[in-house]
Amino acid sequence: MSAVVDTPLHSPNYLRHWPLAAVLLIAFIGMPAFAPVYVLEAILLPFLALALAGVGLNLLTGYGGQVSLGSAAFMAVGAFAAYNIQLRLALPLPITLLLSALTAAAVGLVFGLPSLRLRGFYLAVSTLAAQFFVQWALTKFGWFSNYSPSGVISAPSLSWLGYSFDSTTARYLLALSLVTLITLGVWAFTHGPLGNDLIAIRDNETAAQIIGVPVLKTKLVAFAVSSAIIGVAGFLWAFTYLRTVEPAGFDLDRSFDVLFIIIIGGLATLRGAFLGAGLIVVFPLLLSRLSALVFGGMIDSGVLELVQRIILGVLIIAFLIAEPNGLAAILDRVKRKSARNI
Amino acid sequence: MTSAVLRRIAPARAVPTTLHPAYALALSRISLSFGGIHALREVSFQVVPGEIRAVIGPNGAGKSSVLNVISGLYQADSGSLVLGSQVFEHVPPQALAGLGVARTFQNLALFPSLSVAASIAAGLTFQRKAWGLAQVFRLPNARAENRAIANQVSEIAARLDLTPHLDRTVSTLSYGLQKRVELARALVARPKLLLLDEPMAGMTATEKAEMAGYIRATRDNAGLSVILIEHDIGVVMGLSDRVAVLDYGSKIADGTPAEVQRDPGVIRAYLGQEAA
Ligand SMILES: Nc1ncnc2c1ncn2[C@@H]1O[C@H](COP(=O)(O)OP(=O)(O)OP(=O)(O)O)[C@@H](O)[C@H]1O
Ligand SMILES: [Mg+2]
Repeated sequence: MSAVVDTPLHSPNYLRHWPLAAVLLIAFIGMPAFAPVYVLEAILLPFLALALAGVGLNLLTGYGGQVSLGSAAFMAVGAFAAYNIQLRLALPLPITLLLSALTAAAVGLVFGLPSLRLRGFYLAVSTLAAQFFVQWALTKFGWFSNYSPSGVISAPSLSWLGYSFDSTTARYLLALSLVTLITLGVWAFTHGPLGNDLIAIRDNETAAQIIGVPVLKTKLVAFAVSSAIIGVAGFLWAFTYLRTVEPAGFDLDRSFDVLFIIIIGGLATLRGAFLGAGLIVVFPLLLSRLSALVFGGMIDSGVLELVQRIILGVLIIAFLIAEPNGLAAILDRVKRKSARNI
Repeated sequence: MTSAVLRRIAPARAVPTTLHPAYALALSRISLSFGGIHALREVSFQVVPGEIRAVIGPNGAGKSSVLNVISGLYQADSGSLVLGSQVFEHVPPQALAGLGVARTFQNLALFPSLSVAASIAAGLTFQRKAWGLAQVFRLPNARAENRAIANQVSEIAARLDLTPHLDRTVSTLSYGLQKRVELARALVARPKLLLLDEPMAGMTATEKAEMAGYIRATRDNAGLSVILIEHDIGVVMGLSDRVAVLDYGSKIADGTPAEVQRDPGVIRAYLGQEAA
């Protein structure tokens, strides 16, 4: 009876969602209960922020085919908007978050306008302008960082309805909840008509236009929504992980990190963003542990960082050549193989 | 500017006409050139409602250019066209579907990573009202609309024998099936005018016969007008009501298949090409 195996789409088998349920259970209950603070602070918090940025960029680049090198700029907008809204308006946390996301969306929309004319390489270069412009503006105008002499500001503490999110666990749960909710929303977005419109434009813009897919509107919505999500990721990066807000935390390197995350993880899959973010966060930690173990701290950190960049670069080239669909595709293959062996 | 806005602007640029009430489409003296190449020279012809109108001619004669001008992908240097009751110098391509015109392309223009069902449903996107958050949260209006669209998709899929393939990804289909998906995507919105650019190119004889059957059945059932570009003269003669012949961008003959076949100019154009 191989016919049953060949038609997975028609069998409403809810059990196939058990891996996701298990991951959520471990993330929401297991980790806060058992994981050491170090793991939460140094691995899971940056992982969540970068994974969310990956989800946001994947919407634009993976599904929409619009290449962007400006992710860190939109992260910065989200973080600085949250800082200033909290400082100046003292609104409840959810509203602060919503307004920061909208600010990032508005900035994303402006820098998305060239996408109506430019494609591929030229669009990538124009999003690079967002990266440099935002960083320049945040450094140049002291107002954004409330005239802090160093430009570095420690993020104000987070609280809502009398509950403070200052402890590691609380920050972790806040980040995890936001990431889970937004990812669900993006899933609903991409697995419906709007996602199909995006893919249609990516696959064949002329055909999409001729059959009446609203090309301009869809592209701009993709830029706005993607930037809003990346803005929230920037909030998480600054408020729950680093606990400082500074323009230097959102430089071009960070933009490339987010791009690498979706390339390594797999374009146009949401899992890919999480797999890629895991690799980007864990890999440098592993490498420095390994070198400490093998060379006993003889290698200085500058060299180590260089080695790390080189390995990452090689990895990306290897992925682009051998598995353009990223870690997500590899995971799929492994799952299929193990299913066959059972 | 969104295409919804453009769609609203488009009719304003067109003036109502009573010149050609009997035509689904009328081209008048359309010229188009690329640099020094005259792709079309003062081409005029009409399509009456319900007819299958073939356009034939040697390679490079300007057949695809005609369709590209009608669908707004190319802008004619001069001349105008009447679609339904509106006159255009340039058809805004994003308004095409709303004007009741659908087309297929000489080289497939599909969305390879979408499923067959989603690809066909894309042909109805321009009619969607539930958008944005309504879709993300699958609000009742969005769900109702998605259901209605799914019904229309399965209806057209059944008519074109695509039902067993609805869940497959387009890129995994054979060339013949992909051509059929493209036809389904064009037909799903029930257009008044259908433009087919070599829908049978590269097909086996059986596939060609099937495709001809689908085209004829659609015309008979839905009463739509078809412009058909096709190289296979046998297919053209069997399927079309009237034939226009292009050569080097000019229309050299126009009439019933039998008339065109006897035309000395047409014979010369085709023999000339064979001799070359
Ligand atoms: N986008 C373009 N840019 C430059 N020249 C073009 C373009 N499109 C068409 N042409 C030229 O216009 C002429 C007519 O081309 P068209 O594609 O309309 O021919 P056709 O009759 O469809 O030919 P075929 O049977 O090969 O499909 C050709 O000389 C072609 O090279
Ligand atoms: Mg052609």
